[in-house]
Amino acid sequence: MEPDLESPLRAHAGSARQEWKHPSDHWLRGFVLDNRASLGTLAVFIVMMAVFMVANPTVFTTWYLYSSVLTTLPVALFVVVPLVFVVTCGEIDLSFPATMGFASWVFALVVQAGYDPFLGIAAALVTGMLLGFLVGSLVVYGGLSSLIATLGMNFLLRGLIQIINEGKSMSLTSLSNSWAYKIFSSQVYGIPVQIFWAIAFVVLSAMLYNRHRFGAQVRVVGDNPDSAQQMGIDVKRVRVKVFVFVGIGAAIAGTFSVMINFTWWPTAGDGYLLPVLASVFVGGTPTWGGIGTVVGGAIGAVTVSFIQTGVVAAGLSGFYVQFFNGLIIILSLLGHKWNQARYR
Amino acid sequence: MAERIIELRDITKSYGQVYALGGVNLSVDRGEVVGLIGDNGAGKSTLIKILSGVVRPTSGDILVRDKPVSGWSAARSRDAGIETVFQDRALAVQQTIVRNIFMGRELTGFMGWLKVNKEIEEASRLMREIGFTSKVFTPHSIVGQLSGGERQGVAIARAIYKQAELIILDEPTTALSLTETAKVFHFVRQVRASGRSILFIGHNIHHVFDIADRFVVLDRGKVALTADRSAVKSADELINFMEDVAHPGGLPGLREAGEAEQQAR
Repeated sequence: MEPDLESPLRAHAGSARQEWKHPSDHWLRGFVLDNRASLGTLAVFIVMMAVFMVANPTVFTTWYLYSSVLTTLPVALFVVVPLVFVVTCGEIDLSFPATMGFASWVFALVVQAGYDPFLGIAAALVTGMLLGFLVGSLVVYGGLSSLIATLGMNFLLRGLIQIINEGKSMSLTSLSNSWAYKIFSSQVYGIPVQIFWAIAFVVLSAMLYNRHRFGAQVRVVGDNPDSAQQMGIDVKRVRVKVFVFVGIGAAIAGTFSVMINFTWWPTAGDGYLLPVLASVFVGGTPTWGGIGTVVGGAIGAVTVSFIQTGVVAAGLSGFYVQFFNGLIIILSLLGHKWNQARYR
Repeated sequence: MAERIIELRDITKSYGQVYALGGVNLSVDRGEVVGLIGDNGAGKSTLIKILSGVVRPTSGDILVRDKPVSGWSAARSRDAGIETVFQDRALAVQQTIVRNIFMGRELTGFMGWLKVNKEIEEASRLMREIGFTSKVFTPHSIVGQLSGGERQGVAIARAIYKQAELIILDEPTTALSLTETAKVFHFVRQVRASGRSILFIGHNIHHVFDIADRFVVLDRGKVALTADRSAVKSADELINFMEDVAHPGGLPGLREAGEAEQQAR
């Protein structure tokens, strides 16, 4: 007997003329569905802060604590955000700490030579772009594993810095009188200015990720490179671009860290490797590529930088910091796994 | 007479001493669904690759709208309006329908920013055009949430967005259930109704028989049969013909076994 192939379609053809609607009829439900990864991260952050506040309410109502987090957090944000792009693209970049050190070294050299800090910032940005391009080309055109190649580049670049400087730091006291300092890292009503720059960077990057051709292509390449190639996207070029973006972010981050401390150390950036990586994944960007969330990553960075301050402020000894770091990472990952479905 | 989208004349393709195609003639008219049937190794995939310009024929002529084209290539194929939809690996399943339709051809305005609303409008229009609508999903839906037949719909909508005149569907129903196959057929009929052409390639003769206006049977690199739908009474007649071609003189018991297999599908 010939099966009646038409009948299942007739059933839903009747409603075919309807106009499109968002998955939910209610905007709030659609918003929650679209942003569940970053909202989950926000929930983790709120619960964590609640626990700390219950442990010691007085410290968490003092402004000093937030002010100290807001001083260092921006530096992390400038690298967490580009890393979300890299991970979405299906790659990883472990060379950003050395890029931070290298670009801020160039900044410090220019400032020490007596030039305007703005020129130093420009030089640092160019250095960051070049290093990002170098690392990206090595991975993409050299056909190397990004995990290993960028780890190697991290050691290599850091080693270069150490060899040339022989471990010596640079003090840049002249910075405190410069316009660049006033604009980028002074304080307004007790709030460190750099947090506003970091927020602007996060917002711009989130738009780049969701509403720009670059972000769209990064997501598609991370999701299905074969398909992207077939549809005419230059997959290699997109991959190199995300590494260049990390280079730019690392250069900004490195420059900010020097401007906050008025000092450049040969180890500048080293301490950021693991917290920044943790922030990306705590933020809800999965490891397999194709999807991710810039805002989630930023909230992840806030969470991670509050762990250390929070643990100590809550009256626990510093020995608890690593334990809580690990606990938050594991709990977040479990939460995201439950929260997100992986499509194949 | 309907406009001839593409015509292959006496196409051969050899890899060293081995002939994958030995003189194939094939044409597709506007608004026509041509079913290409053939066993494994009959030369179907070589023929697709030649049509999409990935592989160059060893000899033979290719005519686009009755004009011979020299230097056939992937770019020439695209210019002629030929788009191939492969069965899987064609879509980014974690992305929305919109992102898949505009993959590599994003609608952008100032400095590369996406025209989000325009993309949704255009995607809705394309989906309506091929009869790909539902209450359950919208252009915002994630492709991974769609069924196999619906995913084919996304790929077909994308091909139409790329101004395709001839869409090559490579085994579009092979891994699909009956309901899903019906959906793909629905899209194919809508595409034909819009005046575009489809080359429908399949293993399953019953599927191809149900949808095609004309059949081309490929056997060991040669066209064994070209027949209009009206000239063939049933799918079984086609199956019998193919077996006769494959095993001239017939192998006892084989035909019955083959029929049983087809029934089982």
